[in-house]
Amino acid sequence: MPDTVLDARRAIDAVWRIESARLIAALARMSGDVGVAEDLAQDALLAALEQWPRSGVPENPGAWLMATAKNRAIDRLRHNEMAARKEEELGHEVELRARLAEDEPAEAASDEIDDDLLSLIFTACHPVLATEARVALTLRLVGSLSTAEIARAFLAKESTVAQRIVRAKRSLAEARVPIEVPGPAEREQRLASVLEVIYAIFNEGYAASGGEEWVRADLCEEAMRLGRVLVGLAPREPEALGLTALMELQAARFPARTGPGGEAIPLPEQDRSRWDFVLIGRGLKALERAEALRRPLGPYALQAAIAACHARARTPEQTDWERIVALYDALDAISGSPVVRLNRAVAVGMAFGPAAGLELLNGLAEEPALRGYRLLPAARGELLERLGRVEEAALEFSRAAALSGNAREREVLEARAEGRR
Amino acid sequence: MAIVKASADSEAGKMPSEELLGAMGAFNEEMVKAGVMLAGEGLQPSSKGARVSFGGSGERTVIDGPFTETKELIAGYWLLQVRSLEEAVEWMKRCPNPHEEPGEIEIRQVFEADDFGEELTPELREQEARLRAEAGQNQ
Repeated sequence: MPDTVLDARRAIDAVWRIESARLIAALARMSGDVGVAEDLAQDALLAALEQWPRSGVPENPGAWLMATAKNRAIDRLRHNEMAARKEEELGHEVELRARLAEDEPAEAASDEIDDDLLSLIFTACHPVLATEARVALTLRLVGSLSTAEIARAFLAKESTVAQRIVRAKRSLAEARVPIEVPGPAEREQRLASVLEVIYAIFNEGYAASGGEEWVRADLCEEAMRLGRVLVGLAPREPEALGLTALMELQAARFPARTGPGGEAIPLPEQDRSRWDFVLIGRGLKALERAEALRRPLGPYALQAAIAACHARARTPEQTDWERIVALYDALDAISGSPVVRLNRAVAVGMAFGPAAGLELLNGLAEEPALRGYRLLPAARGELLERLGRVEEAALEFSRAAALSGNAREREVLEARAEGRR
Repeated sequence: MAIVKASADSEAGKMPSEELLGAMGAFNEEMVKAGVMLAGEGLQPSSKGARVSFGGSGERTVIDGPFTETKELIAGYWLLQVRSLEEAVEWMKRCPNPHEEPGEIEIRQVFEADDFGEELTPELREQEARLRAEAGQNQ
């Protein structure tokens, strides 16, 4: 039975979602330019949109798209021969022509495909681009999101995102970024850049996932997917595993995170039966794999290990706070971040009593980086309250409330200041 | 969720051929590498299982396997993270036939917290609608 036009369109979109990243990756390797690669891939998609509603989705859609993209490339080259071209573009075309002429097998070897995709990911996340540009380009080329979808996800104008992507491709071309997997000397820095992009996508979705539009909440899913893809391509990178574990363990708590009024429910008060145990299982396993690589744990793996402590506790009382303190010790040693030290102090307060935690927080009182940070006085308020120093606690909660940029959070902090919970 | 229906062979506990195991393994690996596979398990024949039957007035009966409606029984499942039913369908079209005979894979959508609607009060829904409208105006 023939598909209706809409059904066909949706089926093609689904195929595109599965095939496009690898298609673009292969074309990028052949042409040496992500812009050219995407254009050719789009040509193939247009052909599919024209033909598949009539002929049906082919047996091997990936191979069909690749063959079509190559044919379109040849057409373009022939056409461009007649027009005056800039030297650089000609250069790419010469390379492309040579690659097309090579007797490329219809199905490239699995390793080659993996290499292509890994190269594309590294390229889209290249540090020469600003984070915003890397995020948009990665979501487009690797995530197969449309410009409209990316714009909706970041509450930006579609034209802004479109321009951002165009400029990003141009920057890569101008900087002559080679499309390849970075060598050992650069690897760590370049990988850090990729992880930063993926986590930025996750955090964007995380901020939005409190009952808001699914497109933004789906960013978390896309980030986790990208993390898994990266792990598949670079299985011996502990931080890729660590980041994926961290995201899965954090995402596992989403169903318990929001109350009926949209308010954020803090971790100690969450209904843990609502946590997603499939994601917890996955996160713990990914962390295990990271640890099994027997290299010192990096910041993502350490944060994942902390999240794992929470995930393993059936009730807040069962939380292994001492282990969390030890993990923060390790994290502090690597990052030297005052926020980490703040979180460590809170953990110390839980593991060794409020007085110990308070002493550490007092040590952070003059810390410039924490000046406007409401969580510092909030944490002090919490510990003072536990020590029975109620008036001092109220003062700290008021201070925290004044620093809060979020009306709902401010209400909660003001209530604490008045001794209400 | 993608549910693999049983076959006479799977109910008989007959192991799939080397070839099929290899093909299934490769297919699983494709889904893992694409980052869409969350979980997947094979289920043992219903002869090793049981049913709890609810009478409707609070009574419960336990019935031991095996069960006879082979085609409706479940032999395995995958839990997939995809963005549409069509994407799940497209993946399952690429699955090797799990049995040496005609068979079926059923695809169902898992309920998520959002689907229950309790997270969104009328005020929040209104706010969300306004956000969407604003974002739409920015186009």
